Amino acid sequence: MISRRDFLQVSMAASALLGSSGFGNWARLAAQQALSQDQLLEFETYGNVSLIHVTDIHAQLKPIYFREPEINLGVGEARGQMPHVTGADFRRAYGIDDGSPAAYALTYDDFTALAKTYGRVGGMDRVATVVNAIRADRPDALLLDGGDTWHGSYTCYHTEGQDMVNVMNALKPDAMTFHWEFTLGSERVNELVEGLPFAALGQNIFDAEWDEPAELFKPYQFFERGGVKVAVIGQAFPYMPIANPRWMFPEYSFGIRDENMQAMVDEVRAAGAELVVCLSHNGFDVDKKMAGRVTGIDVILSGHTHDALPEPVQVGQTFIIASGSNGKFVSRVDLDVRDGKMMGIRHKLIPIFSDVIAPDPAMTALIDEQRAPHADKLAEVIGHTDEVLYRRGNFNGTWDDLICNALISEREADIAMSPGVRWGPSLLPGDPITREDIWNVCSMTYGKAYRSEMTGEFIQVILEDVADNLFNPDPYYQQGGDMVRIGGLGYRIDVTKPQGERITEMTLLKTGEAIDPAKTYVVAGWASVNEGTEGPQIWDVIENHVRKVGTVTLEPNTSVQVVEG
Amino acid sequence: MSFSRRDTLALGAGAVALTALPLRVGAAASVEEVVAGFTGGADVGEGGVTLTAPEIAENGNTVPIGVAAEGAAAILLVASGNPNPNVATFNFGELAGSASASTRIRLAGTQDVMAIAKMADGSFKKASQTVKVTIGGCGG
Repeated sequence: MISRRDFLQVSMAASALLGSSGFGNWARLAAQQALSQDQLLEFETYGNVSLIHVTDIHAQLKPIYFREPEINLGVGEARGQMPHVTGADFRRAYGIDDGSPAAYALTYDDFTALAKTYGRVGGMDRVATVVNAIRADRPDALLLDGGDTWHGSYTCYHTEGQDMVNVMNALKPDAMTFHWEFTLGSERVNELVEGLPFAALGQNIFDAEWDEPAELFKPYQFFERGGVKVAVIGQAFPYMPIANPRWMFPEYSFGIRDENMQAMVDEVRAAGAELVVCLSHNGFDVDKKMAGRVTGIDVILSGHTHDALPEPVQVGQTFIIASGSNGKFVSRVDLDVRDGKMMGIRHKLIPIFSDVIAPDPAMTALIDEQRAPHADKLAEVIGHTDEVLYRRGNFNGTWDDLICNALISEREADIAMSPGVRWGPSLLPGDPITREDIWNVCSMTYGKAYRSEMTGEFIQVILEDVADNLFNPDPYYQQGGDMVRIGGLGYRIDVTKPQGERITEMTLLKTGEAIDPAKTYVVAGWASVNEGTEGPQIWDVIENHVRKVGTVTLEPNTSVQVVEG
Repeated sequence: MSFSRRDTLALGAGAVALTALPLRVGAAASVEEVVAGFTGGADVGEGGVTLTAPEIAENGNTVPIGVAAEGAAAILLVASGNPNPNVATFNFGELAGSASASTRIRLAGTQDVMAIAKMADGSFKKASQTVKVTIGGCGG
């Protein structure tokens, strides 16, 4: 056992080392660099263990644009804390210059202009180049995939995740955890997981009937790296059966289960682990809370909420790393582990600028092979956009404005609802909208667009329920999505209020009248978690709408009035 | 989000049950009455009781709950927001290997679940946790 006194010593040693390892200087260092591959990858190898973290790729094999959120509110203790800081405040916190590559990668302002300057981001062939370069420095670096990998594109849907499995297997991860993968259905997930040449981890993946750890998913895996015994503990998304359709994977139960996490940490420490890494799909605020309740985790590689932070966030003795989404970033974490303790950490969030980092030719060929059978379908131009189309943000994004317009128009509805998911790349004004682009923002195995009648009272219940999943001050009661996006309806939200009191002034936009709790409205939406939902697939609804309008233009969305207290 | 007519009706029924609650006090004992019936009005302290429950229920119709209190003679389980809050009382005899039990309960909505243990010395300890029952959907 490590005594309290030892913990204090570790803390001092770690902070002493932090000062000399470039923390706080990230942006200045980045700004000094003209963009070149060597400089993006520049890293003074440190300590004896390297971790490479990718997460929430959402099946984005090719370079894309991705606009970071403008609004990302934290509530309770998270208010104003990372990652709930955006735009100029974010740049100020890390000393990032306006207009710099780091500003483009990490904040939303001037997105179109900067995107035209710095180009697309991501692409798994570029990620492969970065991973290979780190392995050239440190051949036994651990590559860890935080999940949401086998979901989110046309090819992933049509191959039921096989394209991503083929590409990731070539990248040779050491372990993975899960979320959207389960929406392939448990039979397919089991089949893919059984064939994985690496560890499938989740200490919180349980058998629903017996409430015992699921056999297929191990809680942790040991690795010997740099002479260090490393334990990687998996933490799958805790709220899968709530946020996604339970009927698709009825054999499985999840939850945070932090008491079991503590038991696993104690178990691996007792078995000689000198470094304990948690590969997590909790979401950032849940990871922060868990780090304060579970002792003995050195590093949490955080996923799910798609935050990208250029420096780790420290909670007690635990360092939390947030590595973004959609293939836009790779995190490298070098650790000095001696005498059974982590003595220091050096970290770099590497933005994958696609025009700067050379693609790995073997990976490019493998990706093209996955896409070839679908090439004609993917490339078909459905329309054009005069707007920047993006999704991220707590309340609305232009992609969802377009989707809600499509639902109202194609499904003849008063009100439209689009789920507050955080995945989906962006498009620039003037871009064509291809079928692939549409699928990138709506591909899922439960995408049918329902049309139903709801009372004003029930619509409010839905808004209050989803708002509490996002703005409950206790992170353990948050599910990590954004607010459901609404078309045809305006409302006021006070994020500081408790559930049932946040939503007021609901207005039907087409008449300007207040929503009547007793009156029935026609609501169209998609991504219902109910089994047997009927309607056309959402991608067909969007495609039909975009074909009709030809070139997409949108009115600025001012329908949600946000009160932050 | 779940929007089927069936769920809508179910939610509506829940709302009716909740609004009707004050009128039903005569039929089902209130939380205070259930607790008083168990403790006899004695003070209830904190600590020493472990209540294991999900933060958010995966299915409000069958929520796994575990209770444990070393040295307890009995543990009362209360669902404060159910029409009938008195869920169960677990009694542990002298030969019981451990004073722990687990069960699955139905929760009418988001509410505090509470476990009160009667210790061998006649004192009472409690633990409680909010379990959220949500209509779900919209996961990032």
